[in-house]
Amino acid sequence: MKLSSRIMIIIGAMLMISAYFIPLWHILLDAPQYPEGLEMKISLNGLSGNIEQINGLNHYIGMKFIKADDFSEFKILPYIFGLIILTGFITVFINSRKLLRIWFISLCLFAMLGFADFYMWEYNYGHNLNPHAAIKVEGMNYQPPLVGYKQLLNFTAGSLPDTGGILVGLSGLLVAVSLFSEFRLSPHKLK
Amino acid sequence: MKRSYNTLILLTSVMLASLFTSSCKPGKVGASIDADAAQKVYVAPGKYDELYAFLSGGFSGQIAAYGLPSGRLLKVIPVFSQNPENGYGYTEETKPMLNTSHGFVPWDDSHHPELSKTNGEDDGRWIFINGNNTPRIARIDLATFKTAEILELPNIGGNHASPFCTENTEYVVGNTRFSQPLDYTKNDVPIDSYKENFKGAVSFVKVDKDKGTMNLAFQLIVPPFNYDLAHAGKGPSHDWIFFTCYNTEQAHTLLEVNASQRDKDYVMAVNWKKAEELIKAGKGTKIAAKYAHNVYNESTHMATSTMEKETQILDVTQFPGLVYYIPCPKSPHGVDVTPDGEYIVASGKLAAVIPVFSFKKMLDAIDKKQFEGKISGNLPVLKYEAVLHGEVKKPGLGPLHTEFDGKGFAYTTMFVSSEVVKWKIENLEIIDRIPSFYSPGHLCIPGGDSKKPYGKYLLSLNKITKDRYLPTGPELAQACQLIDISGNKMKLLLDFPTIGEPHYAQAIPAEKILKNQVKFFKLEDNKNPYVTRMEKDAKVVRTGSRVDVYMTAIRSHLAPDNIEGIKLGDDVYVHVTNLEQDWDVPHGFAIKGANNAELLIMPGETMTLKWNPERVGIVPFYCTDFCSALHQEMQGYFRVSTADSKVPLKFSIGNNPVTQ
Repeated sequence: MKLSSRIMIIIGAMLMISAYFIPLWHILLDAPQYPEGLEMKISLNGLSGNIEQINGLNHYIGMKFIKADDFSEFKILPYIFGLIILTGFITVFINSRKLLRIWFISLCLFAMLGFADFYMWEYNYGHNLNPHAAIKVEGMNYQPPLVGYKQLLNFTAGSLPDTGGILVGLSGLLVAVSLFSEFRLSPHKLK
Repeated sequence: MKRSYNTLILLTSVMLASLFTSSCKPGKVGASIDADAAQKVYVAPGKYDELYAFLSGGFSGQIAAYGLPSGRLLKVIPVFSQNPENGYGYTEETKPMLNTSHGFVPWDDSHHPELSKTNGEDDGRWIFINGNNTPRIARIDLATFKTAEILELPNIGGNHASPFCTENTEYVVGNTRFSQPLDYTKNDVPIDSYKENFKGAVSFVKVDKDKGTMNLAFQLIVPPFNYDLAHAGKGPSHDWIFFTCYNTEQAHTLLEVNASQRDKDYVMAVNWKKAEELIKAGKGTKIAAKYAHNVYNESTHMATSTMEKETQILDVTQFPGLVYYIPCPKSPHGVDVTPDGEYIVASGKLAAVIPVFSFKKMLDAIDKKQFEGKISGNLPVLKYEAVLHGEVKKPGLGPLHTEFDGKGFAYTTMFVSSEVVKWKIENLEIIDRIPSFYSPGHLCIPGGDSKKPYGKYLLSLNKITKDRYLPTGPELAQACQLIDISGNKMKLLLDFPTIGEPHYAQAIPAEKILKNQVKFFKLEDNKNPYVTRMEKDAKVVRTGSRVDVYMTAIRSHLAPDNIEGIKLGDDVYVHVTNLEQDWDVPHGFAIKGANNAELLIMPGETMTLKWNPERVGIVPFYCTDFCSALHQEMQGYFRVSTADSKVPLKFSIGNNPVTQ
């Protein structure tokens, strides 16, 4: 592989390490009574932010209590992601373009599975509401958007990548670029 | 012909006009209202005021916080008076705050708010205020706007010359308006033995520089005058504090006449640094005393009251160099020190001039022993002319108090002529005057008694309201005026009503207080012995006739909400913990027929209401603060049975699917 690709891969893999320290995603809630906004931050290994306040509000609509313990993902994710990062470093170390391709595919798979999983949780929390809830609005579900904004009663709910997510996205991009430069710019080696 | 006719008309008109004008009453001087006043005091919705102003509540015993320049009332802080609105002084946790050596005194007459100072500047950490009636000093924590501490002062009558602080809040002081025999001396004496048996006691209360906690360090025993006000020196005069005294005639009856006989009374200059050294050197005499020291603990959310049993005194006649008296015309009231610490302005409330004394000249006079007499045998009275910097001539009638703008000008209130007068410190020339509505007592310039006045505004704190606002029967709102002092001429900006009585005020730029604001209390830090941290821990415990209810409040239910097995004759203590951990979600708690008050519990806080059921039946309780959309559902019942009933103690809450 070219030196530039190897550098990009190393930078990408290093950026990914940030996911252990800063949240990947966040759900933002805004309402007239909450001008300062509420936020739930999602990290590789748990949740942070105004979880208690959000749970306090959710009980009116009968949404299930959000507890990090209920998500087995937070127990496995750090290992899976560690493996992915390690693969990146190995790719550079053994200088294998084949491994680079595998690595890129596994990254894409990881992202797709992650979003699918996130969507499932959002769907479950938004739809499986306690029938005894104080506030019931006919035909209303409270599933937050996968990405972007959505109005849920008095709240504007936003679902957006957090700093960690942006960094990981950036490293994904670096991997894609390195892959592109390796294979596209040297077609004769593509066999 | 035509010409002479015209002249005749002209002459007649002039005559008529002059007749008309000479029979007219002289017009009143109107206040010059700033043409842009509305714009200068308008704070747009959602925007914050530039300053916090803390106005004493006077006979309401409280402090009220207002925003300036809008004059909007932000909060009434309960200090010396019970406040049923939030349970202060009624809850088991806060009752000890109002304990004194006279027992429970749930009111006072609070006069002078004093912001804590660092290097002579307001630091925004605490505000102190005196209880004039039952001598006390309170400290309010400006991070929570709660009264954190109240210290009673022994041996004094009315704690009026208080709680003025030294340059770094080393001490806050208290001095007596009513001299009286010391508490633990032979004090069952004829009142006409005043000169012989009555004493003044200057209290020096040490303030911990980190925590703010107060302790009565010592008292100076001084002649039995009436001590009115005080201000500490700063910069060059750092070691000194000045008190005004009137009734140096030492009258004990009809003071109106008998205490107004002498041409001059005194400003008493006290070298507090020297007193501190004497105390350190063990020169103080320990005497028996009895005074309450009440401290509110923020982590237990509870106050404790300790009865102190002694203090130490220094008899000033025994220690030369501790006090000097400066003659001051006619019953001086306010005594104020310029920002540079060099000039001392005293206002004789019956005097025709405002004397301004020089600190440098005072030291010189002491050095050169320029005395004109002695008090109590050996306390030197300095020569008036030797200490005088100059007199402000014809300032108006009834000068009371002076503050400074930091640009070389002083502003003095005139009670009798109802105006504020601006004059130049350097040459004592009067620059401007503006009417006050009506009869101002104190005035407040933000930072106006500090080393670095913020200036810009002046509040005239008035004693009479009359026609300023819509009338409210015979008892009217209190009056206060905001005046722009940024220019050469003072301009009236705003008139706003206040709670009774805006005796004195201090104001401070908002950012100095904003940065320390507490939004709510952390539940995990709550050390109250009766805290209930989780709903599942809510319970009811009977110990003899005492019943402790461990209750939680969260939107929108109380747990437990059905309690049976309460009997007549029980003492029921309801300990309510607000489980919310969010900004501005208080819960209230009230019981039908409760003889005390309701509770207003901040997030993370525990409060206890004592309730004595007085009849058999079902008694509802509920949340009084509109906390949420389902606030009206936040309720429960007690079942009260006869004293000999066999109804078992039982408590419950319906199945709550979400918070389990």
